[in-house]
Amino acid sequence: MTVPLLIIASYTVFTRGRFGGVQAEFTIDNFTKALEPIYLSVLGNSLLIAGITTALALLLGYPTAYAIAQLPSRWRTVALVLVVLPFWSNFLIRTYAWIVLLNSEGPLNSLLVNLGVVGAPLDLLYNRGAVVVGLLYAYLPLMILPVYASIERLDPELREAARNLGAGRARTFLDVTLPLTLPGTMIGAIFVFVPSMGNFIVPELLGGGKTEMVGNLIRDQFLTARNWPFGAVLALSVVAFLVILFAIQSAVGRRINGGRSHA
Amino acid sequence: MRRLGWLNLPLWLTYAFLYLPIMVLVVMSFNASKTPFTWTGFSTRWYVELVHDDLIRQGFINTMIVAIGATVFATILGTLLAIGLNRYFRSALLEAYALTPAIIPDLALAIGLLAFFALVGVTLGLHTVLLAHVVFGMAFVAAVVLARLGHTDPSLEEASRDLGAGPVSTFLRITVPSLMPAIIAGALLVFTLSLDEFVIAFFTDGPSTPTLPIVIYSMVRFGVTPEINALAALLLLVSFTIVIAAQRITRLTDSL
Repeated sequence: MTVPLLIIASYTVFTRGRFGGVQAEFTIDNFTKALEPIYLSVLGNSLLIAGITTALALLLGYPTAYAIAQLPSRWRTVALVLVVLPFWSNFLIRTYAWIVLLNSEGPLNSLLVNLGVVGAPLDLLYNRGAVVVGLLYAYLPLMILPVYASIERLDPELREAARNLGAGRARTFLDVTLPLTLPGTMIGAIFVFVPSMGNFIVPELLGGGKTEMVGNLIRDQFLTARNWPFGAVLALSVVAFLVILFAIQSAVGRRINGGRSHA
Repeated sequence: MRRLGWLNLPLWLTYAFLYLPIMVLVVMSFNASKTPFTWTGFSTRWYVELVHDDLIRQGFINTMIVAIGATVFATILGTLLAIGLNRYFRSALLEAYALTPAIIPDLALAIGLLAFFALVGVTLGLHTVLLAHVVFGMAFVAAVVLARLGHTDPSLEEASRDLGAGPVSTFLRITVPSLMPAIIAGALLVFTLSLDEFVIAFFTDGPSTPTLPIVIYSMVRFGVTPEINALAALLLLVSFTIVIAAQRITRLTDSL
């Protein structure tokens, strides 16, 4: 397990072989290449799409997790299983389902046309919006679960205390619930953000090859362009994002937990 | 809580979002039309054609070989890894380290394994996919078993040793049975993950032995046929059955 990652790490400073593969000649060109405008724009595009996906997952996932936590306990398990169930089906199939749904001849478009909402079928597929929807669909459960866990662990007495001390519902939520569930929410955000960045299937199938993300670039470096060292740099940059985000998360978690007298 | 009824709105939105595409797919799989998007009438012809598709059948067989093999090896190695970590190295860092394949982006792991296989000089094929799946499956099994180990009572093992049982017999009669629910849960987890795994298989598989997800990928990419709808509906059924069965089994063994 370690060995493959170490190999990738070592590849980053090597030169690409003439026929693909790797030559053991030291270079930092692979890093400077990653800073060229074309690749920076791909990186920026990935950050943007992963960022929007994460924001939407937060907007939909947090209230959903909150609603599940308020359900009577016998319904909670059912509600959670229903959230996770689609996650266990084949990823390609789940992405493919959106091709069927959003297609110009697909059910959504025919419904809109038949209702007279739009005159002609909309181009819903093969654009950035479709990529965001596909990624959101793929990773939404990863947002809901950690947020639910942190809301559920929250001591209800803390909220009652806030209410008793005169804070309104909104104030209680903003000053008590939200800060205390921040670490779990950040975990959820990382779980959505990082795989969204590295995903190459959704941009390819739903983006119609027009939306290139880091994942596609890495795949191409390894399978078509055969520039493994450059691909290794790109892959490690995604892993570095993961590590940095986790470091921020645990720092925030420590600060918030440090402020409380009980663990 | 009735006052907070409006709070359930996001819940229904989420469920609609999660299940609408799946339901459309299942409905479309019974479509008689040749184009996979427009409805013309009810038919089961795509299920019939599916059964007679050699590419899909071979993909299915390949996938089963990998999934069963990976489950067996990953379960044994993962359980041993968890017990070893728990007994000899109680370090949070090492634990986190052993579990990285479960957290790290699959693409990074995939290219790492590809680079490893290239360096060692093995030809790619089903055996390399199997090995790759053992690597990440092991981490998942270890994670589940480690969580359970936190709740087991070490005095049971000590009692067994005091009563004259050897280390092997203690391991087989006390340690393993007490971890059984976690081991079964871990094994089912690996099996389900391996069955659907695409990214790692895509990078570590040879050209002549595609697993089912790779077959699906090329089908979806080069020309959409209604057959995929039928295949998708069947796969959904299989995945959901396994997950629900896993829930039942873990609940059953937990209550023992």
